[in-house]
Amino acid sequence: MITLIREMFSYPFMVRAMIVGTLVSVCASLLGVSLVLKRYSMIGDGLSHVGFGALALAVALNMAPLKVAIPVVIVAAFILLRVTENSKIQGDAAIALISTGALAVGVMLVSLTTGMNMDVYNYMFGSILAMSREDVVLSIMVSIIVLILYVIFYEKIFAVTFDETFAKATGINTNLYHMLLSILTALIIVLGMRMMGALLISSLIVFPAVTAMRICHTFKSVTITAVLVSIVSFIVGITTSYLYATPTGASIVIVDIILFILFQLYGLIIKKNV
Amino acid sequence: MSLIACDKVSFSYEKQIVVNELSFSIEKGDYLCIIGENGTGKTTLVKGLLGLKKPSGGKITVGDSFQPTEIGYVPQQTVAQKDFPASVYEVVISGCLNQRGMRPGYSKENKERANSNMELLGISDLRKKCYRNLSGGQQQRVLLARSLCATTSLLLLDEPTTGLDPVATTEFYSMIDRLNKKHGITIVMVSHAIKEAIEHAGSILHLSHSSYFYGTVEAYRHSTFGKRFLGGMEDDHIN
Repeated sequence: MITLIREMFSYPFMVRAMIVGTLVSVCASLLGVSLVLKRYSMIGDGLSHVGFGALALAVALNMAPLKVAIPVVIVAAFILLRVTENSKIQGDAAIALISTGALAVGVMLVSLTTGMNMDVYNYMFGSILAMSREDVVLSIMVSIIVLILYVIFYEKIFAVTFDETFAKATGINTNLYHMLLSILTALIIVLGMRMMGALLISSLIVFPAVTAMRICHTFKSVTITAVLVSIVSFIVGITTSYLYATPTGASIVIVDIILFILFQLYGLIIKKNV
Repeated sequence: MSLIACDKVSFSYEKQIVVNELSFSIEKGDYLCIIGENGTGKTTLVKGLLGLKKPSGGKITVGDSFQPTEIGYVPQQTVAQKDFPASVYEVVISGCLNQRGMRPGYSKENKERANSNMELLGISDLRKKCYRNLSGGQQQRVLLARSLCATTSLLLLDEPTTGLDPVATTEFYSMIDRLNKKHGITIVMVSHAIKEAIEHAGSILHLSHSSYFYGTVEAYRHSTFGKRFLGGMEDDHIN
């Protein structure tokens, strides 16, 4: 066990993946609790596809991927939020439109330029090798910002998530918190996408929250459990990925699925006994 | 001075007028019921009183030393809340947020206030229970306790008895009566139930598509408005 850990940490790319992955998982699970409860689960999925389109564009233009992806995904997050609030297109339909649209644009760009090479494959399914030093610095900065904002605004986030109209009536600027939530989600998705892959990143947002809700009955315990679930599934997942050379994103999601089933069973058992 | 005074207030959505030149006032200690059919602008008026929607005409004056954010609003329940993992305490204390500004956390006073309001509504023993596992009546009490954390003067309830069974509805009305009479809290309630409204309220604001009635319950009974809507129901009462 100890030799395994020592060996894993002897590779710089593993250390980078560990740091970035843990931070991104924690942030994604925090944001996930609110997103799932507000019925915005699919926003993560939509934004990650937009992220894929943006990365393809960056590759085509030969630019730094994150510099293109971050602004594009933030804009998409804004649009999705606005659309769900005001327009006649339903929120879920809007997400489907934007996500498949962006995916199609991305695939077209890829096929017209580089073709489906290893880079593109990694964007879709994720790779622990994808983390550069620059990514690590950026991820740490963004994650710390997310954590600080979450702690400061925890009570407000609860109020806005639980009852928006009441929160608004008591003078909370709900639009501000929506905007904050969508910007932070966009950032976390772009950062996590390299490791998890565009197709699987939203699992980081949805799984821990839903899993925690199987057994927890207060907002606080759901939040804390979701964070723990996300850390455990990340570490177990990435270790599996390292040992058996399986794709990182998929390995983490498999652990998520197993935890979800265990929590669900446990939830049923306590319910029966009460 | 009135807590809230509306002077010829109109509301409209994209030039379509929903509420037209409405004048009424809410005094301290009042119990006002706002009734009317669907689509007569009850919800719009509520939004206006809360300061969430600007009137397209007329003026809403709010009394000195009173802020729209101090209205204890009890909104209609949303579907999302039905399976929301939150403890009763977490929900109740979130009513104190209007006193917190940008500061994080809750103060000791906030916590005491949340506790005393739970005591008042008889839900202290549910404190750690999950909101989604409560009955409709209990959930309504939780939302009421939360609103009392936000206000000491005015409660604004939007169709509070929707989905409650008859026993819970009766309990709910007597609780509101108690808050109004014993604790001097001003009550403004939007309701479908005309019968309960005239039984419990002090004054009535009846909205309809073309006009409106505003006055005491007594005046309402004798108005053309009241006679039309109460009709045979009044006779039932006498018998």
